Amino acid sequence: MPRLFRFETLDRFKTMTGFKRLALILAMIPLGAQAMELDDWETIEGEARGQTVYWNAWGGDTRTNAYITWAAKRLAEEQDIELVHVKLNDTASAVSRVLAEKSAGNDAEGSIDLIWINGENFAAMKENALLFGPFTQALPNFALTNPEAHPEIREDFTVPVEGLEAPWGKAQLTFYYDSARVNEPPRNMLELLSWTKAHRGRFTYPLIPDFTGSSFLKQALLALAEDTGPLYQPVEDADFAAVTAPLWDYLDALHPDLWRRGRHFPASGPELRRLMGDGELSLAFTFNPSAPAAAVANFELPLSTRSYVLEGGTLGNVHFLAIPFNAGHKAGALVTANFLLSPEAQARKQDLQVWGDPSVLDMTTLDSAQREAFRDDHENPAALDPQALATTLAEPHPSWMERLEQAWQARYGNR
Amino acid sequence: MPWLTIALLILPIAGGLAGVVAPAFGWLPALGGNALGLSHWQALFNAPGLMTMIRLSLVTGLASALAALIIVMLFIGAFLHSRWFERVRRLLSPLLAVPHAAAAIGLAFLLAPSGLASRLVSPWLSGWQYPPDYLFPGDDMGLALILGLVIKEVPFLLLMSLAALPQCQAQERLALARSLGYAPLAAFFKAVLPGLYPLIRLPIYAVIAFASANVDVALILGPSTPPTLAVAVVRWLHDPDLAMRFMASAAALTQLGVTLAALGLWWLGESLVRRLSRGRLIDGRRQLAEGSLAILGGALTGLTILLLLASLIGLMLWSLAAYWPFPQVWPRPLTALNWWRALPGAWHALLDSALIAFAATFASLMLVVGCLEVETQRRIPMRPWAQVVLYLPLLVPPVAFLFGLVQLQVQLGIDTALPAVIFGHLLFVLPYVFLSLAESYRRLDPRWEQMAASLGRGPAAIFWRVRLPMLTVPIMIAGAVGMAVSVGQYLPTLLLGAGRVTTLTLEAVSLASGSDRRIAAVYALLQLLLPALGFALALGLPRLLLRRRRGLLTH
Repeated sequence: MPRLFRFETLDRFKTMTGFKRLALILAMIPLGAQAMELDDWETIEGEARGQTVYWNAWGGDTRTNAYITWAAKRLAEEQDIELVHVKLNDTASAVSRVLAEKSAGNDAEGSIDLIWINGENFAAMKENALLFGPFTQALPNFALTNPEAHPEIREDFTVPVEGLEAPWGKAQLTFYYDSARVNEPPRNMLELLSWTKAHRGRFTYPLIPDFTGSSFLKQALLALAEDTGPLYQPVEDADFAAVTAPLWDYLDALHPDLWRRGRHFPASGPELRRLMGDGELSLAFTFNPSAPAAAVANFELPLSTRSYVLEGGTLGNVHFLAIPFNAGHKAGALVTANFLLSPEAQARKQDLQVWGDPSVLDMTTLDSAQREAFRDDHENPAALDPQALATTLAEPHPSWMERLEQAWQARYGNR
Repeated sequence: MPWLTIALLILPIAGGLAGVVAPAFGWLPALGGNALGLSHWQALFNAPGLMTMIRLSLVTGLASALAALIIVMLFIGAFLHSRWFERVRRLLSPLLAVPHAAAAIGLAFLLAPSGLASRLVSPWLSGWQYPPDYLFPGDDMGLALILGLVIKEVPFLLLMSLAALPQCQAQERLALARSLGYAPLAAFFKAVLPGLYPLIRLPIYAVIAFASANVDVALILGPSTPPTLAVAVVRWLHDPDLAMRFMASAAALTQLGVTLAALGLWWLGESLVRRLSRGRLIDGRRQLAEGSLAILGGALTGLTILLLLASLIGLMLWSLAAYWPFPQVWPRPLTALNWWRALPGAWHALLDSALIAFAATFASLMLVVGCLEVETQRRIPMRPWAQVVLYLPLLVPPVAFLFGLVQLQVQLGIDTALPAVIFGHLLFVLPYVFLSLAESYRRLDPRWEQMAASLGRGPAAIFWRVRLPMLTVPIMIAGAVGMAVSVGQYLPTLLLGAGRVTTLTLEAVSLASGSDRRIAAVYALLQLLLPALGFALALGLPRLLLRRRRGLLTH
């Protein structure tokens, strides 16, 4: 039961210094009772003890799942929190669940406490006021991300985060190929077209509106558009047809030489990976830079797999953790989000042997012992050179994704 | 009892549909929809490929049901009295337990360009060093989808037919026709089928409804540009743009219409066949292309079994494989690693699946037997509208009412996920149990009951001492069908359990969207375990229970 107001809180308020009182009152103004819980981390931890946190997170990857199981074990040991991984195959179903609860008037005892989220799903939840917060400033470990220095964790697909979600990991569009079959992989979008012509049926992208597939559209658009400026504004403000014309010309030329002549597309990024493992494709891409190396270790891809980033950089973004406005166990969710931002949890997540998801922590905020945990001594030829991630292209405004998906469906969705 | 059952079925479906009808016409205040109108229907009709989607759903639904029915009828007609019959029956019954998703995953791997079939001929025969690039599964015509549905529907229809054969005095009819000089197939089609068909009509309707609206098989084997309508509904329902829920609701109602249209078309086809064949039945011809039809029936049945078995073998190989590239036919090395990695996490899912399946099946059996017993004792046949209600969950596509049902669940403040999931499964298990049991129950010769009554037994004793023992086999089979249906449920588990209840199917489908086919194969095989156990019990237990009444087993 979330308590909106508690007498202990009132007692503590009486003993506070004037400055703290003022800070608390200021914090209370926009948010009402919520701010009370966020003010004092020790109280939150105390309240979280014994709670069960239902974490809705995509469950399609065994390594990710194993990492979450590890986090659950650590949280049980340290904070007496029972973390339950609710395995989704589409994060949007969590969004629709919160929506159903809201429409039914369930404002305090929602069944979802924490969601692994970003991009469109976040934009939709924010727009429909389905999120709790702002809460990130309350997390002690949030400072380790050094948000001032890293704009990418303040914006999710250009939508201001405004403290409504805590960063968890990083992603970047990364290409990979089978070096036993490909000598010179294409280094940019135009080379990709001629490469595909020469290697008919050995490349494709996931079906729109899959996240990885839509990202490919945006990557292509960023590379092909004459002026990328309009992509960072809401799509309504731009001449959609003119901006996207080069993209459609490109795809019209590309599709006849795709896998299955572009008449059928794999459902997702992981299915793309499976097709690489099956040998049906020779070139593919992923949004997790270390996924190819991890997949080689997991017997999913051949040892000859190599990964790289296109010239001029590729699309990159951060993925986040959010708490629904009606979460039944907010304190537990806050403590969980904070634990997942700890150097211990972030270092383990980045470890290629575990998951290989790049950390969102700023190494300059860590002491040398903490930094040591992030060192990677394993040589893995399939892994991406960390330098390659230096050049990332920012995500366009989320409204573009929607319009691009619609336009794609209208053109290619009915063959 | 009948009223309780009807209320249990009609309330959630009506509530769920209301939760879809309102948004379809623009009403969903939580999303800012508070003006009624037809704009979302316009958006739907403007959706690219809508007509193709509808055509795909109709064609796959009807074609797969027709193909399955033809295979089953040819097989029974040609082999009813051969030594093959019992063997195939024993093989097919457990195959019924293969969940749809598992069969589809297995079939996809078998026939895909990099699949087992093409590996068997590569490169020595085909010359393929790398997988070829042909469009299967996922072909535009939906052939792969139809094939996937057929291999699942043949065992189901065969089992339903076998349960119905004794009720229409097939043996007697057949013997009489044969004594009049009719060849086996002619005797079956002219003397038995007209009596058999009405008994399996409802299972066939359920098959059509399922095939025209299913999501998991179509996702794995069906075309994607565009997909079948049911897949599109789920996609729109899950679109991060919450406003798409309105259009998805309209599409869900359209799916309801498409399924009803498929049933209507089949019904028209039935009348046509009846009209056309009336003369043929009594034309006195003693032969019907006997040889070639028998060969065809045998070949098609054999192919069905072969495809299903090969799919399962493929799944087993994947669950034991490390890196297994094309064109290796046999994974080297074989490893138990995948099982070791998966089992600790799978244990809870296995227990939950078992608990839910058992609870839903047990409750369904109580309700169904209760309904049928009341009906038998009062000698009032079930009214047609009540019949329709019973089949409602099979006729209304799940995507059409589950989203609305979740709203209802939350509104009523039902926080207990497990009971909600069991109830959700009950909605789908109950009709199948009813379907499996009703005809056997109704066709039980009333003279047994009259005889017992004339010996001074009351209704309760007649039920416990006469009807129940005589119906042990059909009841057990209905229970096994119920278990299999429950274990295969995906959408109700996900939506009503808020993801808090984890079953094997939930895990398997969520892993199928991942890249690790090995772990997905482990879960698909684990999915098989419970229904297989159910069928083993259904076929084995009566032999044990009724070992002193062997007559009831062959009956």
